[in-house]
Parts: sequence; C-alpha cells; structure tokens
Amino acid sequence: MKNIQKNLLEKIKLIRMVEEEISNKYFENKMRCPTHLSIGQEAISAGVCLAINNNDYVVSTHRSHGHYLAKGGNIKKMIAEIYGKETGCSNGYGGSMHLIDKNVNFMGSTAIVGNSIPVGVGLGVAAKLKKNKKISTIFFGEAATEQGVFYESLNFAALKNLPILFICENNLYSVYSSLNERQPKKRSLKNISSSMGVESIKVDEINVHEIYKITKKYAAKVRRTNKPVLIEFMTYRYREHCGPNNDDNLRYRKRSEINKWRNKDPIKVFEKFLLKNKIVTKEEILNIEKKIYSNVKSAFKYAEKSMFPSPRNAFKNIFAD
Amino acid sequence: MQKTITYSDAINDALHTSMKIDKKVICMGLGINDPKNIFGTTKNLLKKFGSNRVFDMPTSENAMTGIGIGMSLDKFKVVITHQRLDFILLAMDQIINGAAKWHYMFGGKDNVSITIRLIVGRGWGQGPTHSQSLQSLFAHIPGLKVVMPSSAYDAKGLLISSIFDKNPVIFIEHRWLHSLEGKVPSKKYLIPIGKPKKILNGSHITIVSMSYMTIEAINAAKFLKKYNIHCEIIDLRTVSPIDYNIIFNSIKKTKKLLVLDTSNKSYSISSEIVAKCCENVFKHLLSPPKIIGLPNIPIPTSFGMTKDLYPESKDIINEILNIMNIKQTIPYEKNLSHKHDIPHKKFKGPF
Repeated sequence: MKNIQKNLLEKIKLIRMVEEEISNKYFENKMRCPTHLSIGQEAISAGVCLAINNNDYVVSTHRSHGHYLAKGGNIKKMIAEIYGKETGCSNGYGGSMHLIDKNVNFMGSTAIVGNSIPVGVGLGVAAKLKKNKKISTIFFGEAATEQGVFYESLNFAALKNLPILFICENNLYSVYSSLNERQPKKRSLKNISSSMGVESIKVDEINVHEIYKITKKYAAKVRRTNKPVLIEFMTYRYREHCGPNNDDNLRYRKRSEINKWRNKDPIKVFEKFLLKNKIVTKEEILNIEKKIYSNVKSAFKYAEKSMFPSPRNAFKNIFAD
Repeated sequence: MQKTITYSDAINDALHTSMKIDKKVICMGLGINDPKNIFGTTKNLLKKFGSNRVFDMPTSENAMTGIGIGMSLDKFKVVITHQRLDFILLAMDQIINGAAKWHYMFGGKDNVSITIRLIVGRGWGQGPTHSQSLQSLFAHIPGLKVVMPSSAYDAKGLLISSIFDKNPVIFIEHRWLHSLEGKVPSKKYLIPIGKPKKILNGSHITIVSMSYMTIEAINAAKFLKKYNIHCEIIDLRTVSPIDYNIIFNSIKKTKKLLVLDTSNKSYSISSEIVAKCCENVFKHLLSPPKIIGLPNIPIPTSFGMTKDLYPESKDIINEILNIMNIKQTIPYEKNLSHKHDIPHKKFKGPF
C-alpha cells in the first residue's frame, strides 16, 4: 500500500510542477498555443490513471496534460509538443490540446468538447470484439454532458455492454459560464446515467488515494462485467480556463467558493495525510520534489533545444499511405 | 469470371468480398439488417459474418461516426452506411474535426480507416432534406477522400479500395444508379482512388462528369454521334482528390469543356474543375468552359416543381450545340415512358 501512495504523490506532484513551470514560462512567448492547465484537478488524473492497467485505453480533452502524464505519457515529448517542436508527441502538428502516446495507450486528446467521448466508446467496442480484457477510460468535463454526443455514446455503451469507464471531471465552469447558467438545479448526472443503464456514482473527494480506491473498484467491475460505469468527480481548476494566469480578479467565481476549494488543495491534503500517518517523511517529499524538478527542467530544456518542424512539414501527413 | 449485375449488387459484392478477406472489416448502419437491406446493398452480410461484424445501430449519427474512429484506432476497418446523405450532417464534428484531422493533428502517429457510405436521393418528392448531393462540402475538407462511382464495375472496385484505404473515405452512391446493370468481375479487384476514367473517346468536346450525370452524358453523346459530333467523356469516379492530367490532356485535344454536376452549381465540384482548368490549360480553351448542374436552390418536393429541374441529356445536347456554335436545332426527343421523377417504370416510392 505504501508504494501506491508514493506513486500517487509523485504523480500529483509531477502534474502540478509541470503545469506550474508551463505557467511560469508561458510569458516567454515560446509556448505559442492555447494551453489549458489542470492545476487543482490533479488528484483525478493520478487516482484514475493509476487505478487502471498500463495497456488500458485513455482518451481525453483539451485539458489533458494531467491525464497524459498520469497515464505515463512521455514528459519531454509533451513539453516539446507545447513548444511546437518536431520532437513533440504529435511532431508539432497538435500542440497542447492534441497529445498522444501510444506506448502507454494514451490514444489522443482532442480540442472540441465532447469530441473524444465516442472515440473512447469505439475503443471499448474494439476491446470487446478482441476479448482482450482491456477497458477504455474516457475523460470529459461536465460541459460535455450538455452535448448530444455524450448521450448517444452512453446509450451505445449501455446497449452493447461495453467495458468503458466514463470519468466526468466536474469543475463547475465552462470557460466563464457557471453551472447555474447551463444546467437545471436538480439535474443529476448520476440519475441520468443510471436511468440510461450505466451504473454511476458521484464522488466529492479530494484525497487522491480515495479516488484511486474508488476507481480501482469500479475499473475491476467494468472489466469483470463488461458493463460501463460513469464516475463524476467534483473538482476545481485554479487558473483561467485557458492560459497561465490566475483570473480570480474577473470575479466570475465567488471568493468564498475559491477559498473553499483552495483550502482542500489535493496536494496539501494528501501530503498532510501521508505525514500524519507516517507513510512518508518530509525529507522523502523533498527528495520526490527534487527528482521531479530535475525531470521537469530537463524536459523544458529538451523542448527548447529541439528544432521547429520545417514549413514543408505542413504539407505532410494529410493522408496516411 | 464476369457477370452482369446491378450497381447495388456490385456494392453488396464489394462488402462481401472485403469482409471475407479481412476479419477486421466491420459494417454498421441504421437498417442494414432490416428486410430492405439498404436497397439490397447489405443483403446476407449478417447471415455470412455474424452480428459482431454486421450490426444495426442507434439513430446516433455523430457518436456512431466517432465509434467508427475509435474502432479504427484499434485497427478495425469500419464501413458506416446511411440511407440518405442528408443524415450525415448530424456527424460533421466527428467527420471534420475528428476523422479528417486525426492523422494530421497527431503528426502521423495514427490513422482513421473508415468508409462512410452515403446515398443521394432523387425524385418521388425526396425534397429539401432527402436529396442533397453535398460532395463539395466534404471535398472542401483536407484529409477526406470523396468517391462517387457511376458504374457497377467502378462501384465494386472503388468500394473495396475505400474500405482498405488508411484514410476516411466518403463514398457517395446516387439512388438512381442502384438499379443500373453492368459487367462486374466476380473476383476481388481494386480501382485506385483519385483517378478519373475516360469512358468515351472523342475530338470535339470534353465532358467531365460524375455519378448519375455520367449516365445522362453517355445518352447525350450517343445521340450527338449521329450528327457527327464526337464527345470525349471523362468520368471522375473520385471527386477528391482528382488527378487532373487526364482532364488537361483531353482539353488540349478538344479545346472545349463542359462539366456536369449532380449538385447545385455554386461552390461545387464542377466550379472547382472549371477553375483548375482555367488556371492550368486556359490557353488551350477556344470557348468559355460551361457547367450544367442544379440551380442554387433547395430541392422542392412537389411533382409540379421538380419538373424540368434536374438537368438531363437534352440540356447537355443543347449546351454542346451552343458551345460549338451550331445554330441548327437537333430534334432530340427523349422517349419517356415514365414520369419525370423516377428513373424507370419499376421505380416506386416512398424512398
């Protein structure tokens, strides 16, 4: 158990430190693409991705750095991609919103809300037809549940009994638009999902280990029963919708709400929990940070040193031969 | 061995052939296993290949397209069929933001091998939203291939090529082609995507055509031959991409161009072809290139309003006389033993 807790700590710290570094360096104007940070939401990425198998499929959204890193995606290639370099995971064609690492079956993140949901369902169909015991994990935000394609996908997953884990990260906002503007007050994703035949739970939990345990239990169930499950996790992003800044000055979110979430920061909460239960020492945490810091530094160095793709490359890869 | 079969049987043959040679070929579509089997094109697939590989689907065009994309990422080759082209408009996000871009936006790390069969309706009051021929909409998007065969032979060879292509292919069938017969080899054969075919040699004018309009072009050319006017017909077969060499070479010979389109003329494949020809072989043209297609209006439903709406052989003949500056009128009488809104006597609605 100790091991998994350390892994979880390493993952949430890795995601946080990578994104803090992106935020710090964004002003150098070398990362020239829309970049959606998941600072504040790390526990879900880490808890979910460590609870599924290495060869399970994951698809994700515009806010995908956390999912990619948690699944084990190559950090150097991710940073290089955000820098638009030819060594990037998508060779510079995709940027922050189009990450892929097929070595760890991170099958792609796409930039249109809801777009990757049916793609993940298709991977679930493939797994079922191949009987390879893989499951497909689909990350999406709560705004995607306002789209038709989400219901179409849920319907098909239930109809065909597909091995799919739907992971909804509910961070309460679609850009600046709050839930009040977008969804009826009593709307319950859990009830909607259950009534469509997809077992569902809502989780308001910030401890990454708890998230891990819950996901582990349901991932096993999906694999065993070949039936989809939907988990809705409540969470909060600290930064602006897109970009490196804190935008609390815009006042679209209440100060009390921000404080409430900041006070249960997933990293602080988990560190406190680990120290209190003597699972790690302060020194061990420092060592973990040091190790991550050096990895992050070298990833940025790699990205900066890498070459831009040639303008000619824009004309390649339109069709596969 | 060769047999004479209908266009819809040739499609059926292509699906059977592809599913037989590769277990990864999957067919889905609303109604593909119903008693009508999409105008016969999917008959016996379920019986032969089972419900894992041949399945009906919910009326969820957008998600089902995405599901096809997801399956293809795990190396399946997915064929999705829609009874009408118009229905695929519900899936434009998955086609344009997904399938068309996947290979590109991930730097070539993956590819999407799906074929989307779409059927263009015509006649029997199909009307504004059941008879759109929107090939140029798809052809406008880099990353999509758009195929529109006009004969049974090409339909089989091009459908097999589409299914085994590593890229998304929009495969457009015209409802009025389904009952037309042609000679089709029994064995597997491929026709390359992107290559037009010269189907008639002639020296006076180049007709570039696609899908059902090629049938009208052949009729017109047969008639004009009696008057010593020799048309060269190039059937596009694929409307994107297009290998223009055969078209340019033909224009260099005939010096005249008429392009036929199954859709409305504005912003169309035909206007694109005229533009490309003007850019590249303008000096060889002795007269302005012309287009015959539908006017820029939605298709009305009423039997009354569709009369004389769709261009046919007679319009092609008149336009060619016009281009060739022949003042004499040629007495063309189309021997219509059936109403204008059906392709032949046996054709009955409601589809």
